[in-house]
Amino acid sequence: LSDFLLARDAENLFWLARYVERAENLARILDVNATFSRDIRGGRDWLPVLQLNADERRFRERHGDPTADAVLRFYVLDRDNPTSIVSAIASARANAKALRPQTSREMWAQLNVLHNWVAGLDDQALVASELTRLLGRIREACQTHTGVTEGTFYRDQGWHFYWLGRYIERADQTTRLLDIKYHLLLPRGQDVGSALDLGQWNALLRSAAGYHAFRRIESGAITPAKVAGFLLLDGHFPRSVALCVGEGEHLLSELRSRWLLGGADALAAIRSLRERLGGLTIDAILAGGLHEFLDDLQQRFIALTTDLSAAFFGHGPAQSQGQSQRQGVTAA
Amino acid sequence: MGDAVLSGYDPGGFYCEMTRPGSTGPIRDRLSSLDIADLKERALRAQAELHDLGITFTVYSEKDAIDRVLPFDAIPRVISGEEWRRIERGVIQRVTTLNLLIHDVYHDQKIIKDGVIPADLVLGNPNYREAMQGVDLPFGTYVNVCGTDIIRDDGGTLMVLEDNARTPSGVSYVVENRHLMLRAFPDLLDGIGLRSIDEYGIRLAAALREVAPCDGDGGCEAVLLSPGPYNSAYFEHVFLAREMGIPLVMSGDLVVEDDRVYVRTTGRLTPVRAIYRRIDDDFLDPQAFRPDSLLGVPGLMRAYRAGNVALANAVGTGVADDKAVYAYLPRAIRYYLGEEPVLPNVETHICREPEALRYTLEHLDELVVKPVGEAGGYGITIGPRASKAELEACREKLLADPANYISQPCISLSVSPTLADGAVEPRHVDLRPFAITGSSTWVLPGGLTRVALRKGSLVVNSSQGGGSKDTWILE
Repeated sequence: LSDFLLARDAENLFWLARYVERAENLARILDVNATFSRDIRGGRDWLPVLQLNADERRFRERHGDPTADAVLRFYVLDRDNPTSIVSAIASARANAKALRPQTSREMWAQLNVLHNWVAGLDDQALVASELTRLLGRIREACQTHTGVTEGTFYRDQGWHFYWLGRYIERADQTTRLLDIKYHLLLPRGQDVGSALDLGQWNALLRSAAGYHAFRRIESGAITPAKVAGFLLLDGHFPRSVALCVGEGEHLLSELRSRWLLGGADALAAIRSLRERLGGLTIDAILAGGLHEFLDDLQQRFIALTTDLSAAFFGHGPAQSQGQSQRQGVTAA
Repeated sequence: MGDAVLSGYDPGGFYCEMTRPGSTGPIRDRLSSLDIADLKERALRAQAELHDLGITFTVYSEKDAIDRVLPFDAIPRVISGEEWRRIERGVIQRVTTLNLLIHDVYHDQKIIKDGVIPADLVLGNPNYREAMQGVDLPFGTYVNVCGTDIIRDDGGTLMVLEDNARTPSGVSYVVENRHLMLRAFPDLLDGIGLRSIDEYGIRLAAALREVAPCDGDGGCEAVLLSPGPYNSAYFEHVFLAREMGIPLVMSGDLVVEDDRVYVRTTGRLTPVRAIYRRIDDDFLDPQAFRPDSLLGVPGLMRAYRAGNVALANAVGTGVADDKAVYAYLPRAIRYYLGEEPVLPNVETHICREPEALRYTLEHLDELVVKPVGEAGGYGITIGPRASKAELEACREKLLADPANYISQPCISLSVSPTLADGAVEPRHVDLRPFAITGSSTWVLPGGLTRVALRKGSLVVNSSQGGGSKDTWILE
């Protein structure tokens, strides 16, 4: 058998990983927001979660004001909302279904069972006393997927595309998590950089599973700048933007050297991003505006995905003109 | 301990695959030491597992796509080694004849000129493909995969009911049913001398390469062409691609340039030499057949006719497997091979012939009337079971378009013990062995046993309440 990978399969692997990562991160964000908003505002302020995903207008048109119940239903259970957890998992499953000849049976079975479980949830699952447990279970199921993949998926080209998707999505999600939380905690510009309630910063770190890692390298006071610097620039934390970008660069250069594939533009873009992150300090980033910086990163990830689509997935510039960005198979 | 599996079983006057005299004794003994409750629980667990593994076919309603598991019955259907050798000989004879017949139809048409088969039955057949006229195929093999539906009447005679020479399905269940039995009932299977069915994918991939125009440079890429995840048989396509070790592709993955077929990869276009296609002729190439087809590959027929790619099954095999041509198969066997059929046909009246139409109309309440072009058990009228109104409707259809129908006597199909609500009861079964042909024909030592789960029903199709059993061929 020749050592090739269908362009469509590569694209589906890329998006399979992204959808699972997206579902996991959304579960993290919702969990932390539920914890945060109870403490800080006296009520539960869910608007930032909607803004994070650019869903505010769509949400208000259908559901009016963002109450906790409505937002949670919108993001966990609503199959008509493409940015919900159930939709992300349905899309992951749709990609996995198209990939069944490529992937291990265990990968498919785990995702199939996860999907059937999530698709069968109802409002009862969202009651306050159950919420953290539910979101924890979803997060763990996504991690189980990652573990099954690690232990069973054949490590050829497809593995590289899977992990490219995984790291790009994770980096993107970390920028979103930081964007929302930073501004939720520091609504006014002049407050950026001031000391705030320690517990909230703990929670932010915990939502990215980064508290213990952070504590290992930082024994002093927790400050917003240190947390933001850790999530953006740390070279060893698995969810930091710098680490994800570095891994992505490595995967791309492997694809080019081992399988003699194209993707020179994408590699150049991710390499320059890695170099840029390597030369920055968090103070410089904050001085230039954190939100603007995060926004720029998100734009770069979108451009990178377009480059990958053109180079590997058979969507050259000629074909993709006037089309919105493809996202593998989405669940109908 | 509760009741043993066969202790209260009564085949009720039907020919029973399990209790008939012969070599099923050791299996009956093992079943006797298993109690029904245990059997039932283990079967339920195994079936739930099928759902998790996604070994399902998809049923579409207006709003939803529902993944269904093909109902599975845990009591195996058993065939002795000697009996199997006869079935195997019969299937090979039949497939050989089909290939000779199709080759003849698309070349000299001797069988028509010699008056054995009427010309309009072949040339007027909706599945006749003009584009295949004069196309030469390696080894004259058109039907690379054949599913032969075999039944047994109440006298114990095995007969061919139907040939499936286009894109027969069901082989994935043969293998998955065995895997399920191995997981749930290892004690039943161990040391009983069961023929293995693991070779199917390897055999099919090898046959595909035998008929493919491969280069000397070693490039001989084969692919499986599927309509995609929305097709109800998608699981089987996945299963086969994996067993064959070839990529599963959809129409958009293939492109034809200069009459050569390529697959789109992450790198450059890679040449394809053989396609196991699970798409009907009609949809294969919008430039040659249905222009509205989105499932096919534009230009594929040009590449095929130029000899640059092999298709399995070949285009145009449907001319030989409809229910009207079926009636002539015994004559075709004698004509091409000079042999008597190893497995007889069911007696068939071809309603396009005035004599047969008259007979059919006179005996409507005793016969099974079938439209010639339908599959899946649709459109058939079972005379002895039909109401007056149904018989009248059937009569009208026959008179309006007699050439569209055949009739056959109502065969009392053999039964096999099957787990019903609380007990083990007889249920009617058939058998579909699968034959693979490249340069020669090989028959998988197993087959799909379909079982009519509804009490008294003779219709085994999955779309009509049928299930399946593991089929045990003994050495």
